Amino acid sequence: MSNAAGARPSLRERLNIRQRIRDRDTAVYGVLIIVALLFPLVTIYATGGTALVSHATRAGYWVLLAIGLNVVVGFAGLLDLGYAAFFAIGAYTYALLASPQLASSPAHHAIHINFWILIFGSLLMAALFGAVLGFPTLRLRGDYLAIVTLGFGEIVPQLFYNFDQWTGGINAVGLIDQPLLPAWIQGPWSGDGDFKVVSPFNFNTDPVAYYVLVCFLIAIAVLLVTNLYRSRLGRAWMAIREDEVAAAAMGINTVTTKLLAFGIGASFSGFAGAYYAADVALVSPDNFLFIVSITVLVMVVLGGMGNITGVIVGALVMYYLVFYLIPGLPENATSLASSIGLGSLNQSSGDWPGLGEETQRLNFIIYGAILVGMMLLRPQGLLPSRVREQELKHAAVQEEEAAVEQLHAT
Amino acid sequence: MQVAGMSLPDYGFYILCGTAVILLLTEAVRDTTNFAQTLVFGLTQGAIFALVALGYTMVYGIIELINFAHGDVFTLSAYVGTTILGLFAVNEGSFTALNLAVLVIIFPVVMLIMGGINVAIERVAYRPLRNAPRLAPLITAIGMSFFLEGVMFLWKGPATVHFPNILPQWTTTVAGVFFGFKDIFVIVTAAILVALLAFFINRTRLGKAMRATAQDRDAAQLMGIDINRTIAATFFIGALLAGAGGIIYGLYYGTVYYQLGFRTGLIAFTAAVFGGIGNIPGAAIGGLIIGLTAAFSDIYIGGRWTQVVIFGILIGVLVFRPTGLLGMRVPEK
Repeated sequence: MSNAAGARPSLRERLNIRQRIRDRDTAVYGVLIIVALLFPLVTIYATGGTALVSHATRAGYWVLLAIGLNVVVGFAGLLDLGYAAFFAIGAYTYALLASPQLASSPAHHAIHINFWILIFGSLLMAALFGAVLGFPTLRLRGDYLAIVTLGFGEIVPQLFYNFDQWTGGINAVGLIDQPLLPAWIQGPWSGDGDFKVVSPFNFNTDPVAYYVLVCFLIAIAVLLVTNLYRSRLGRAWMAIREDEVAAAAMGINTVTTKLLAFGIGASFSGFAGAYYAADVALVSPDNFLFIVSITVLVMVVLGGMGNITGVIVGALVMYYLVFYLIPGLPENATSLASSIGLGSLNQSSGDWPGLGEETQRLNFIIYGAILVGMMLLRPQGLLPSRVREQELKHAAVQEEEAAVEQLHAT
Repeated sequence: MQVAGMSLPDYGFYILCGTAVILLLTEAVRDTTNFAQTLVFGLTQGAIFALVALGYTMVYGIIELINFAHGDVFTLSAYVGTTILGLFAVNEGSFTALNLAVLVIIFPVVMLIMGGINVAIERVAYRPLRNAPRLAPLITAIGMSFFLEGVMFLWKGPATVHFPNILPQWTTTVAGVFFGFKDIFVIVTAAILVALLAFFINRTRLGKAMRATAQDRDAAQLMGIDINRTIAATFFIGALLAGAGGIIYGLYYGTVYYQLGFRTGLIAFTAAVFGGIGNIPGAAIGGLIIGLTAAFSDIYIGGRWTQVVIFGILIGVLVFRPTGLLGMRVPEK
């Protein structure tokens, strides 16, 4: 593109849109931002309710978890099978310090700390536990770490059960405080008068408030993680992932670097945990079982390990599958059968429990088959990291060249 | 750091083991009957864990995959077993000739069925991904686990399933310790199977091929070993043991449910790691120790702490002795 000397480049050239769209990640970010902006408007207008928005809100903390786990698994190549434990630690930190729960514990005094302070408290708490667990175990080779984290992930929810004096055990922690907007926004002007600068978000009743909050949190997380990825630390992580011995020989302190990956990954989980506790306002040990760790891991692997956009897309796809599509199948199958004139299938008769019930029972099989099928079709994930892709391509090209040379030689 | 020939983690490991032994001995002296009773229960439970743990350790040893579906293969075998038993008019009250005949038939039949299923699982879900990124087969293993649980759920529903008790009802009390034919049967069957496995691995051609493949797959292939066949055989044998374990579990406890394999699988895997992953005698001993630990913890600490104790031990072992009880230091591949 040649411009006359001195002429300003056109807006189109300055934005360089075509180039950016060709860059896949930027395009995905663009689509995600547009969808995120339009989603509440469109769905509220279309359905007249906020049910879909609260679904999206819940998808949000899975996205946060997946972004965090991606640091551990995707960047540093450490397999973490107990990620839900840090999620639990974050959630309980917020739940205990911002609810009436501690009044009925041996402490006898409830604590209510502001959400905006405590979300960082939860983050630090999770990071602390990540470091405590990681410090003695990160010297182990790859898979042993996976097993240690698996054990940790099994212990933590059980501890929250067992210390029921403090955590309420199986009765869960309820009545957790909602976040409040900072006073300078709520100020005197947002009170009873007609004049309101900021339309007040009410976190008690308005899912859109949580939606906006989680979008902000995700944006912050993505920025942080992207910068980390491009930093010296990120390159050290990749070096360790590819070859730990070589990385150590190049002067990377592998234990510290792995510990940082572990702690940073855990801190995102704590972050998501505090947000989760505030959103659902009820935290029970059942919400943090092994299945949660596995679901997040599947999100990361399915999306494309090491690639932030891939992981976000993977988390959204998996969320849609696990929490929306599969639970909704029985109802959809029933209504489909009625509408195409097979309504008789919906009645139970003899051994046949009715189509809806039958689909309900098939849920596990469908989920399992989807996992296996997706992995067989795309073992590298939906949007694999491009560095990885290049490596694979490079290897394939080399092989091809070698084959050609052989052909010439004969 | 070396002190008197051992590194500090070694000392930590021995101190932990010593403390556990001393605590147990105190209990043994304080109330011998209770201790012996728990010991019997722990051994039976441990024998079952050992059978499942062997499958984990063999598969991990050969393809470095945590086969999450293995626990569900174990449960599925109990489901298949109870269905086959339902075909016969077995007598649950007393031990008849028919019971004996069925008992003799059911083990090989169910074990072979499970072996076939596990080989099919390997063929469908793991073999195509052998050269894929390392986490891909892990995810398919989890998918297969859900799939098998779904099959069992669909087959018999969410409630617990009755497993007919066709063993002789003979029981006795020796010095206040209550045990029955069941306990002896479980321990003896498990011991026979483990001995057979050890013979197979150490003395046969296929066993040698397995050991070679576990050590270095590429070198084994260059030596003319059919890798696919060897790995399939590993899955087959692992499922034979899990199949036997499932029937024994059913006979011993009398009920099974579709999500049983999940927890049992995790605990058996812990046992495999405890013994040194990839190490076959290690898995058997690890299974026994974890079974005993679970039983002692149930009695002396309280059932709700058992899980914490088991996984706490797992972390402790890995921190102080990452290679497990009998594992050897292996160079990283």
